[in-house]
Amino acid sequence: MAFTPSKESYAGKVYALTLGTGDKAVTVGGENVLPFHSFEGETPNRPLVAMEVQDVPPADWPENVRKAYEGVSDDPVKWAKHCQDVLKARAIALRLIGTHPDRENRSAEDAVKTVKDVLAAISVPLIVLGSNHAEKDTAVLVAVAEAAKDRNCVIGKAQEANYKTIAAAAMANNHKLIAMSELDINLSKQLNILISQMGFDKEKLITDPMCSALGYGLEYTYSVMERIRLAALTQNDVTMQQPLLGDVGMYVWKVKETQAPESDMPQWGSAEERGILWEAETATALLVSGAEVLIMRHPKAAEAVEKVIDELV
Amino acid sequence: MALSGVEIFKLLPKTNCKKCGQPTCLAFAMKLAQRQATLDSCPDVSEEAKKILGEASAPPVRPITMGAGDRAVKMGEETVLFRHDKKFVNPCAFAIEVKDTLSDSEISGIAQQVVNSEIDRVGQKLRIDAIMITNASGDAGKLEAAAKSVAAKAPAVAVIINTGNPQAAEAAVKPFDGKKPVIYGANASNLDAMAAVAKSHKATLGIAAKDLDELCVLTEKAKGLGVEDLVIDPGARKAKEIIAANTLIRRAAIKKNFKPLGYPVISFAQRDGGLHEALVASVGIAKYSSIVVLSSIDKWKNLALFTLRQNIYTDPQVPMQVEQKIYNIGEPKADAPLFITTNFSLTYFIVSGEIENSKVASRLAVMDSEGLSVLTAWAAGKFTASKIAQFITDSGIEKEVANKELIIPGYVAILSGAIEEKLPGWKITVGPREANAIPTFLKTRA
Ligand code: SF4
Repeated sequence: MAFTPSKESYAGKVYALTLGTGDKAVTVGGENVLPFHSFEGETPNRPLVAMEVQDVPPADWPENVRKAYEGVSDDPVKWAKHCQDVLKARAIALRLIGTHPDRENRSAEDAVKTVKDVLAAISVPLIVLGSNHAEKDTAVLVAVAEAAKDRNCVIGKAQEANYKTIAAAAMANNHKLIAMSELDINLSKQLNILISQMGFDKEKLITDPMCSALGYGLEYTYSVMERIRLAALTQNDVTMQQPLLGDVGMYVWKVKETQAPESDMPQWGSAEERGILWEAETATALLVSGAEVLIMRHPKAAEAVEKVIDELV
Repeated sequence: MALSGVEIFKLLPKTNCKKCGQPTCLAFAMKLAQRQATLDSCPDVSEEAKKILGEASAPPVRPITMGAGDRAVKMGEETVLFRHDKKFVNPCAFAIEVKDTLSDSEISGIAQQVVNSEIDRVGQKLRIDAIMITNASGDAGKLEAAAKSVAAKAPAVAVIINTGNPQAAEAAVKPFDGKKPVIYGANASNLDAMAAVAKSHKATLGIAAKDLDELCVLTEKAKGLGVEDLVIDPGARKAKEIIAANTLIRRAAIKKNFKPLGYPVISFAQRDGGLHEALVASVGIAKYSSIVVLSSIDKWKNLALFTLRQNIYTDPQVPMQVEQKIYNIGEPKADAPLFITTNFSLTYFIVSGEIENSKVASRLAVMDSEGLSVLTAWAAGKFTASKIAQFITDSGIEKEVANKELIIPGYVAILSGAIEEKLPGWKITVGPREANAIPTFLKTRA
């Protein structure tokens, strides 16, 4: 019996979004098919892995990932340059975790200085993330958006509680914006609509439906991403056609499987390799379900994900 | 695609003889369409009708069992393309490849590793499911010897014999008679002989094709030769090809009920380097592979692959819940901290994981909140002061603890006064909002 493959052509398309400036600028999205379905449509841009650096030393990261940045993580500029120059990162994600009131409680001015210094040192695109404290992020992100003007950064994350000020600051300074909501396709859609209603260009948004780690709810993120992508393609839902973000490292490097030493868990095998794979596998599953941008921590996990992307595109 | 009642009716004898227990042939046809009756209740149905109806009612992806006994692996029977639509049915099997060029002790060692690979995770037993014995030597005697070693060392484990040589297959499959092995390697040039071996040993036949076109031709031929238990290899090797071929196969089977591709798919993920191999295997797990073949089974890699398979194959419609009770973390003494949270399994995993990280033995009271997280349960009135007080009272934990202190999630700090009122003699302490602050919280208390 002859086989006629049933290829799908969809009505909708994911927006192509460019971050950064100059010859290091990166474009993601733009596909009109499900992830890596190049056999039936356009998949013009490779997914992006951004390496995470922080404004303060990563004292709370588990040893197995912290040690990968020994000698550079005491200074965000050194750290970012290391990611760009040595690890060949195509983008940097600077998390201003030190601004959190329960952490170092650094001020917006401190954050501005860090962002300016990092931007002066790198040429690849920069994603600037707050500390995920809704109130403090408002002050911090507004200030850094202004300081990063004209570098076409990604600012995040705007959430239901604070999107207005952050979106306004991103808009005024020509940045892209991450809109994050918690594991619910309807909340994602609603936030995109609210932000667009402010006059923010919906094609400058990245949707973060909230990440979860392998073994800790990954299937929720997986399915929310898959459903968002299907809504974008099959229903041509213009409020859901943004590229998707997986903020992988932060969620992965706090679960037990990335920390427990082999001596405690002999049946789990090598802790170091286990942690790296945990991050890389979470990232790979999210790529297959729809993520275009990943934020990752371990250099070896990121390298492995780039290698599997080579096989997928 | 299932037939309608009327379409089925046209194929029945139309005598209304009632032997099926239904008043008319039409009534019986309606029952069949709703799958409330089976065709064998009608004694007079024609052979031709049987064939048509049998095919139409068969599941779109044929159910195949690999191996026998406790470790038998069910494959196929899938009904959807996306896991949010409906639960994926039979989790993909992991097979480790063992080449017959290895020494006998190396082969036995790997077989032993497979036997010992079982891990318990969230109440499920997860393991490497099968051993693929590959005729890398090209020598039939070596394949047979390897098969015998595997059969001796891992008699309960499902086996895939990998050879394109029918004589070698014949000899190697014998130790697995009655255990539903797979003989993989039927292709355009050896199909007749391979099918004969599979048939005489009641084995499943693995079809190795170059592409989807050839695959359809070969599965139809195999079926014509009387071998219907098949697993199929569309020739995809790169991750991108695996997604393309597996998607087209699943679509054809589910949406078109296209029988020549309605079989479980075998994918080959072997790569240099365990990390890369695991990621290619992950693509197979997410995208419809029924068997993923690996070249190594290190414990760290197994754990991650087992976990992904479990995540992808959970039922999306059932909120994940854990049992309502007071869990001990470590070995809590009478004065150990007592936490309370809801029974959403994610909440439970994260909170218990963080308490474990803190290395402070504690008790964790998990309250039935219909599988909702803390904030949602509170908003829905399932995690209220009176319900919490009731649960703590009923649990009888009061008798086991030295200090009557209950640590509640920071998100419901607002409840602390009301709980204290309803639980006389108890001190309510507001814990962190996010579980990842628990270790610091416990440290500063000590
Ligand atoms: S037994 Fe068969 S022929 Fe008789 S009434 Fe039922 S369906 Fe019709």
